[in-house]
Amino acid sequence: MIMLRVDNLKVSFGELNIVNGVSFSVEPGQWMMIVGPNGAGKSTIVNAISQGTAYTGDVFLEGKNVKTLPAKELAKALGVLSQSHQVSYSFCVDEVVRLGRYAYAPSVFSVKKGSDDDIIDKALKDTGLYDIRGQSVLTLSGGELQRTFLAQLFAQDPRLLILDEPTNHLDLVYQKQVFALIQKWIKDTGRCVLSVVHDLSLAKAYGTHAVLLDHGKVFASGKIDEVLTKDNLGAVYQMDVYGWMRDMYSAWQEEK
Amino acid sequence: MKKARVKEYFTFPELLLFSAAALLTLIICVCLGSVNIPLSDTVRVIWCAICRLPMPEGISDTIILSVRLPRVLCVALVGASLSLCGAAMQGLLKNPLADGSTLGVSSGASLGAVLAIAFSITIPAIPFAGTMIMAILFAFLSMMIILSLAYRLDYSLSTNTIILIGVIFSMFVSSITSLVTAFASDKVKNITFWTMGSLQGTSFLNAGVLFAALLIFGGALLIMSRELNAFAIGEDNARNIGVNVRRIKLWVLICVSALIGVCVSIGGSIGFVGLVTPHIIRSITGPNHKRLLPACMFAGSIFLMLCDLISRILLSPIELPIGVVTSFIGSIVFVYIFYSIRKAK
Repeated sequence: MIMLRVDNLKVSFGELNIVNGVSFSVEPGQWMMIVGPNGAGKSTIVNAISQGTAYTGDVFLEGKNVKTLPAKELAKALGVLSQSHQVSYSFCVDEVVRLGRYAYAPSVFSVKKGSDDDIIDKALKDTGLYDIRGQSVLTLSGGELQRTFLAQLFAQDPRLLILDEPTNHLDLVYQKQVFALIQKWIKDTGRCVLSVVHDLSLAKAYGTHAVLLDHGKVFASGKIDEVLTKDNLGAVYQMDVYGWMRDMYSAWQEEK
Repeated sequence: MKKARVKEYFTFPELLLFSAAALLTLIICVCLGSVNIPLSDTVRVIWCAICRLPMPEGISDTIILSVRLPRVLCVALVGASLSLCGAAMQGLLKNPLADGSTLGVSSGASLGAVLAIAFSITIPAIPFAGTMIMAILFAFLSMMIILSLAYRLDYSLSTNTIILIGVIFSMFVSSITSLVTAFASDKVKNITFWTMGSLQGTSFLNAGVLFAALLIFGGALLIMSRELNAFAIGEDNARNIGVNVRRIKLWVLICVSALIGVCVSIGGSIGFVGLVTPHIIRSITGPNHKRLLPACMFAGSIFLMLCDLISRILLSPIELPIGVVTSFIGSIVFVYIFYSIRKAK
């Protein structure tokens, strides 16, 4: 069954058309990468799918139009990890992760807890936050904060994960950690991920499929190797991407 | 064995402690004033009144029962309501400086009340309902205007934007309020009441209305604690975890407007109560609204009762408007919070 189907999506701010008729779909087991130069509409597409921006066209989750889904049902189907988080109050890690279970709580008055505790503990352990779960989020490093929200997402347990440049502000160590965690999540659960990635090497290393955008339109889509070809990237980025990447990496020869 | 988790709820001993402190403050505030009444006498009179026993001889029970007690009760309820509103708004807008007075909602409610009195907008058979409904309506309208203006400037509702718009809006609305009071000076209480507030001469009926409002709208806010937690972490995050952002926001704003409207129509606009107590309480209970909101209610009532006491006895027999005291303390706390936010950035 197709998890996510985006059909002729259009987003415009005033006169400006940011996204201009984009269609693609994501199936379970896939890690779909949305790539393209600045201003191609990558983040806008993600915002529209998660209902954060007004759009025309249709977005279907498991065959149902997203606009008709109640907020809690949407949260069970779809989880979003944004680029960065600004926290103003000293909630502790555990409290933030616990909010991920919001959609599953039967009502405000429920006191039932047991099952949630196990899921939250697992999410905390998977992200390596179990020992600092009582710490205030105001004192966390950027990487720890991003992992906290990733743990919240794992607790939320959505069937599709959407990541908007999840490691944009993170050190290499955390980039590797976050990507490895998500890859493991796909493997363990058989679910799917849609992510916006700036770094083409990361996209190539982790993605199974890709959508290459150019000025708000799909330039190419399909399996990652068929999309990120020399010709496609050259046409969209107007430069020899392959050559540039090789030059970059040749600077990293093993020391002898 | 598992380690104990962070406490999520307001525990029973805490509840007991807070309510005992509030009760003690209430009794002390009834005792002290232009005429001081011994503690034992006060307790005896209140006890006799509750049990409907004959009044003990030689104690001025009228001062206690028809002047001090209703007033102190009203003060306590207004304090609880205003600080609950402050805490709820600070969570909703993710901004520790949000409060009825800093946003200009109280000023808006004052204008509504003044207009209702000046133009004799009343509902037959229900005393002061016209004033109250106009105050609530104007509180809600103010909130809508302020937020839509703020969203237009920047979507993240930064502290600077909110303060700027709040100040401008309060100034604007207060000028209209002054104008109306000047024209209708025969009907409307003087402008000091509407800008600084006072609970002088309030009755048990007022206390009853305040209590009912706190029960309904305060109760609704308490029920929305979890959603407020989500908003306090971030509106996008709230949407992501499945909070119906639009609906909850509307409900919080309605509850807050209703509470502020009721408080203003009875006690005028009392500044900064909703800023001071949540700030102090947050450092004790943490930001989790399940604990913060109930604690704020008690602390707010204690804080305002003490402020009222100061306003009554500082220059006795002259009485200061209560807002003089709360604004004095509140503006200092405001500056402190503002600077600590800027420093953190």
